[in-house]
Amino acid sequence: MTLRPLPHVWLPALLASLSSLAAAAPVDFVQDIQPLFEKHCWKCHGGSKQEAAFRLDHRPSAMKGGDFGPAIIPGDPDHSRLIHAVRGDNPKKQMPRKAPPLSSADVALLTRWIAEGAVWPESASVALEDKSDHWAFRPPVRPTVPDGVRSPIDFFIDEKLAPQHLNRSPEAPPETLIRRASLDLIGLPPSPAEVHAFTTAYARAPETAWGELIDRLLASPHYGERWGRHWLDAARYADSTGYEKDMMRFIWYYRDWVVRAFNRDLPYDRFIIDQLAGDQLPHPTQDQIVATGFLRNSMLNEEGGVHPEQFRMEAMFDRMDALGKSVLGLTLNCVQCHDHKYDPISQREYYQIFAFLNNDNEPGRVVYSRAEEKSAEAVRTKLDQIDREFKKSHPDWRQRVEKWAGETTKALPTWTPIDFVDEFAGGEKVLPQPDGSLLAQGYAPTRSDTNLIAKSPANIWEGKAITALRLELMNDANLPAYGPGRSLRGTCALTEFSVSLIPSEGGTAKPISVDLTRATADYGEPENTPLVSFARREDESKEDRVTGPIQYAIDKDPKTAWGIDQGPGRRNQPRNAVFELKAPLVVPPGMDLQVTLSAKHGGDNSDDLETMNLGRYRISWTTAAQAQADPLPAAARQKVTEGKLTEPDVLRSFVSSQRDLAETAARYEAAWKEFPEGATTLVLDARSQPRVTHVLKRGDYLSPGDIVEPAVPAVLNPLPARADSSRLSLARWLVDDRAPTTARAYVNRVWQAYFGVGLVDTPEDLGTQGSPPTHPHLLDWLACEFMHPSDPSAKPWSVKHLHRLITQSATYRQSSVTRPELLERDPYNRLLARGPRFRVEGEIVRDIQFAVSGLLNPKMGGPPVMPPAPAFLFERPASYANFPWVDAEGRDRYRRSIYTFRRRSTPFPFLATFDVPTGESSCVARARSNTPMQALMTLNEPLSMQAAEALGRRMRKEGGGTADERLRYGFELCTARPPTESELSTLRQLLRRPQEAEGAVSPWTLVARVLLNLDETVTKD
Amino acid sequence: MNFANELQTEYRRYLTRRWFFQDCGIGLASIAAMNLLGGGNASAAPAPLNPLANKKPHHPAKAKRVIYLFMGGAPSHLELFDNKPELSKWDGKLPPPELLKGYRSAFINPNSKLLGPKFKFARHGQSGAEISELLPHTARIADDLTIVKSMHTDAFNHAPAQILMSTGTQVFGRPSFGAWTLYGLGTENQNLPGYVVMQSGQKGPSGGLSNFGCGFLPTVYQGVPFRSSGDPVLFLSNPQGVDDATQRASLDALKRLNEERLGVVGDPEIASRINSFELAYRMQHTAPEIMDLSTEPQHVLDLYGAKPGEPSFANNCLLARRLIEKGVRFVQLFHEAWDHHGGLTNGLKTQCGLTDQACAALVTDLKQRGLLEDTLVIWGGEFGRTPMVQGGSDGRDHHPNAFTMWMSGGGLKPGVTLGQSDQFGFNVTSDAVHVHDLHATLLHLLGFDHTRLTMKFQGLDMRLTNVHGELVPKILA
Repeated sequence: MTLRPLPHVWLPALLASLSSLAAAAPVDFVQDIQPLFEKHCWKCHGGSKQEAAFRLDHRPSAMKGGDFGPAIIPGDPDHSRLIHAVRGDNPKKQMPRKAPPLSSADVALLTRWIAEGAVWPESASVALEDKSDHWAFRPPVRPTVPDGVRSPIDFFIDEKLAPQHLNRSPEAPPETLIRRASLDLIGLPPSPAEVHAFTTAYARAPETAWGELIDRLLASPHYGERWGRHWLDAARYADSTGYEKDMMRFIWYYRDWVVRAFNRDLPYDRFIIDQLAGDQLPHPTQDQIVATGFLRNSMLNEEGGVHPEQFRMEAMFDRMDALGKSVLGLTLNCVQCHDHKYDPISQREYYQIFAFLNNDNEPGRVVYSRAEEKSAEAVRTKLDQIDREFKKSHPDWRQRVEKWAGETTKALPTWTPIDFVDEFAGGEKVLPQPDGSLLAQGYAPTRSDTNLIAKSPANIWEGKAITALRLELMNDANLPAYGPGRSLRGTCALTEFSVSLIPSEGGTAKPISVDLTRATADYGEPENTPLVSFARREDESKEDRVTGPIQYAIDKDPKTAWGIDQGPGRRNQPRNAVFELKAPLVVPPGMDLQVTLSAKHGGDNSDDLETMNLGRYRISWTTAAQAQADPLPAAARQKVTEGKLTEPDVLRSFVSSQRDLAETAARYEAAWKEFPEGATTLVLDARSQPRVTHVLKRGDYLSPGDIVEPAVPAVLNPLPARADSSRLSLARWLVDDRAPTTARAYVNRVWQAYFGVGLVDTPEDLGTQGSPPTHPHLLDWLACEFMHPSDPSAKPWSVKHLHRLITQSATYRQSSVTRPELLERDPYNRLLARGPRFRVEGEIVRDIQFAVSGLLNPKMGGPPVMPPAPAFLFERPASYANFPWVDAEGRDRYRRSIYTFRRRSTPFPFLATFDVPTGESSCVARARSNTPMQALMTLNEPLSMQAAEALGRRMRKEGGGTADERLRYGFELCTARPPTESELSTLRQLLRRPQEAEGAVSPWTLVARVLLNLDETVTKD
Repeated sequence: MNFANELQTEYRRYLTRRWFFQDCGIGLASIAAMNLLGGGNASAAPAPLNPLANKKPHHPAKAKRVIYLFMGGAPSHLELFDNKPELSKWDGKLPPPELLKGYRSAFINPNSKLLGPKFKFARHGQSGAEISELLPHTARIADDLTIVKSMHTDAFNHAPAQILMSTGTQVFGRPSFGAWTLYGLGTENQNLPGYVVMQSGQKGPSGGLSNFGCGFLPTVYQGVPFRSSGDPVLFLSNPQGVDDATQRASLDALKRLNEERLGVVGDPEIASRINSFELAYRMQHTAPEIMDLSTEPQHVLDLYGAKPGEPSFANNCLLARRLIEKGVRFVQLFHEAWDHHGGLTNGLKTQCGLTDQACAALVTDLKQRGLLEDTLVIWGGEFGRTPMVQGGSDGRDHHPNAFTMWMSGGGLKPGVTLGQSDQFGFNVTSDAVHVHDLHATLLHLLGFDHTRLTMKFQGLDMRLTNVHGELVPKILA
């Protein structure tokens, strides 16, 4: 090693310090060093800021070092980064960064201090506050409530009102109460008949009437739509993938699962377990697997230049954020990059939680509705029946199958997977897998040629004559419907399979095309199968492409492609095809083998779901003569290998291969035709081999630090003994009775939904940076009562029980009328001396319009609907990519807003204007704005206008004989109360306003429009 | 019963509650201001009665309004501003290996041949700024420009890079620069949105509407898309069969009913809603007037190359000036058309043809009207482009390490070119300006200490510059 010349300023100083070393007293930290730190370092590495996670005011932190490792090695200044930095060994990294460098004397002093052992007295270090003592990290303890208290909620509210000399307000009138409860519990206003029935019953027996009303509302299927929607905000649910292309995604099964979970009052602890790890429960149901879509709601960047791992990591960070906000009520992502002085959870602990979630594949799974599952079962029964009948009519079936299986096995050549060069440029990224296969990920162009290059000696084929190549299409848990293709159904089409010899790097030989003579496959679509609808050209008249048998892949015709779609129930199977070379091929020295997979059967728009590319595949070579594809699909082949020759799929493969059994084969085919199409939904699928998780320095996935094992933060409850590192363990830990924040976080958000603000007004963070609760006893009482209800008839973690507790309180039933002095004392109504009053959420504004006008279509669930919206929003240049928004027809226009298609980059204008979140990240508290844009929306938007017309008609049709009766009826529909005389007079004036213009809308429409725009109509009073 | 009398009584009751607007309104506004200036936690506070009221920043602002010309897709700095004669000599050769150490690209194999600049450069103005022949109009305003050739960013895919440029982070859902500006300064014209967005080019921005979103700030601060054809704002026009008089009569009835309810329940939110409807009505009149270019004199239309009725970037530039003049705080034009992986030569010719004249006209026009001195004009994309070729010989890939932006106006040193990149235009070699530094500097010009323009969210004092950002004093006047 050569000696690095010392900067000239440094040398005399060094000499000076050396000469004085022997004589001088040891460096004193407080007197000599700390002032240097304070002057030069603390601005960026002190109490308020810790650049590179490094601080020089707290001894343990300083000694531990930052992102770049230890900086101070006592006794060894030469290896101490601190010295390198202040000395400016690397001028680009000299410290301090934007200030003059330290004098050589100061550098010498620091060097001596470290050389002498870096003595730093404890007393000269700042003390960091112990964050584990924070209220929210202690499990909630049920506060005592005096005997005889009717509602503990009221007791705790009064406890805070009394010192302010404030009292709760009187109970609101019954018509206000029923409207309030209806909007709160089902998100729809009561009908005049319901209002009438309730007020009558209330006059007789208020408590009974109220209890029955709450029961009725909680039993309504609309309850799940209302409360499921809150959870969907936290789960950042949307129907598109986000980022640039923002293509449609299919995960509405998850949305419907959430709605149903609320309706059946699935206990909250199980609700969380299913969503995080439903697939890891014993014998998981389809529902439990669908629930894992919760974590899959992350956005995904599918633009051309992405590296898939980068955006998998972005999605992981998003999952951590969502988990923190929605379940824990803690902001986790602050420590994604480095520790903060105020965070009770360290960066290491963040990645330890991360490690629980880092071990999944991310498929789209084929799922069936209940009706579809029934028909699928019928098909299975039918197939079994054909099996039985066939066996009965062919007593020799066992021998025949055995003979056939033996022959097919004998014919199998030995295949060697080709090792392709791992260097791919372009949009689609082809990732080599351990078994020699390739997995296509990232951007999926709709028309592409993938050139795969294989070299010697990575492939040991020197001197051998290749006779055939085999292409295996394989399933993968990172493909739609598990593949094997990348189309939205997991299918693909291979336009052309071609082989050539190309010169190795630097070579000048001409490429030679290799002729193929014969192609065989275990399955191919019938000749001239029309191209699947989503892959067709926009101009159908120009569509001349078809799919069909394997010969289409070597016919050099770009219009034809090998298609593998065997129809519902069988389309997502592995396939194999064999391509025989015209003449045996010896790869000559200086040449490489190139296989080109041409996939040109996708649609016109690469920014939409129109690809037909291959997903996961493996290409192998053989020297065997007359090589053919294995006629058995992979699953049947596996059973044959295991000697399970009586399995149905072996039998059925056999039947379909025998000419004399065509009749039975046709019966099987006929039965399969009845198999339901199903849908796909995004779920998690645990990897058999867990990933290694690192601490990521500065949150950068390219800067891995220490390896971490799954573990939970020290400030929270411990992981149960013997817990493994599965998601299921994490899920159970989250909903453990000792989990200090889980129940509090949820009851706080339920409270927030009722009263506008939570007991903690930072619902996303109950941690040390959040606000303290206004009513800590109430929060803890609710949390304890939620987990361990004192009412024996209530289930633990029952959300409906929580609703009963709140709605039964007098606090909830107070009048919302305010008084100037109250506004002055408690402008945000945190003390609740009056009832809640605020504008309903965007979805409900719209649902109210439909409900009161009679347009509402109450149909539940299913694919999202696209109500009419201005077309230009979904076209360029308003949208990055053209998006197929097709205005719904008929009654689908008037579905509840929870079913409105949510495209992240083009949110439905009405909802976006009313503060409905876009699903870009987890949202546990919506904004509630009041803007002119909202006024334009409810006044002028076409569906709002249609609602006004319909309400006008309804008033005339159902309202009675006189104008006043009709006006009253309309007013009651919107507000649940009769109008005052002066209100009626205002409406009357508008109704009687002379109409001059031709083609003017009906006065009834105008009146209805005003009613729909009343503050009261869109407000929960 | 005498309705008129009763209404008058109601109205008197309404007036006696004017303290809602005055005392209470001011009270809430001052709480919000406290929060704005970094004190107190008012995250639970409802918005003040008018969160868009004109506000005072931390220090006197040099720039009072912003026009941001966002060149989405990322124009090539190597063809427009960063002249690299050396790169021509390397044309067709592989880059030196040390240059590529640790470098990742979006599409190409980084070890691809270098591609010489496609266009000629010349020095312009007294400042001698180097500008490409593709931008003859921009060249003429060289002395009004502050050119930064040493921009760099963290992301090399469009959506994340645009979001970083627009919001200071690659994470979606944070407030945009425009939203922060509006949050800090409010707006001067209550009859128009304070933050207006217009789009032209081949497609929408990759980062979508998050580029002008409000994140966790109140919704009133988000950018409102205006269109230069049809309704300027969604659903601005009355429905068919509702004329202006009918609309007014309906709104009068609505106002009376809402006022009566306000008198009963006393909720200031009702007053706020009454106000919103009145604003909406006024906007129905002001917005179409402003968007009507036919009232502009021919010489102004000619200056921009604007043609009334034919949507274009030029029209949008002229509209931006009109909006700014009327007191709109922040106008952002997205022109997404610069992603030249191939067809670089013709693509640049076309896009420069569509934008150069209007950009220069905007600066000239603002200057002539005395508006440039307190208006900021910003031009730039989300990253630069590789000196390495993509495809045959006429494309460049995404490149985050070095690119160029220009600014003009309020508080900037005109006629200055800051920073340098290496001989390939690959890495910044002097006066590096990260996106965060740009944001810190722009906020400074608008009167803010970027570390103190914050909003409490998720337990943190969030800001546009995250935990980064250093002022760039060399470009400040």
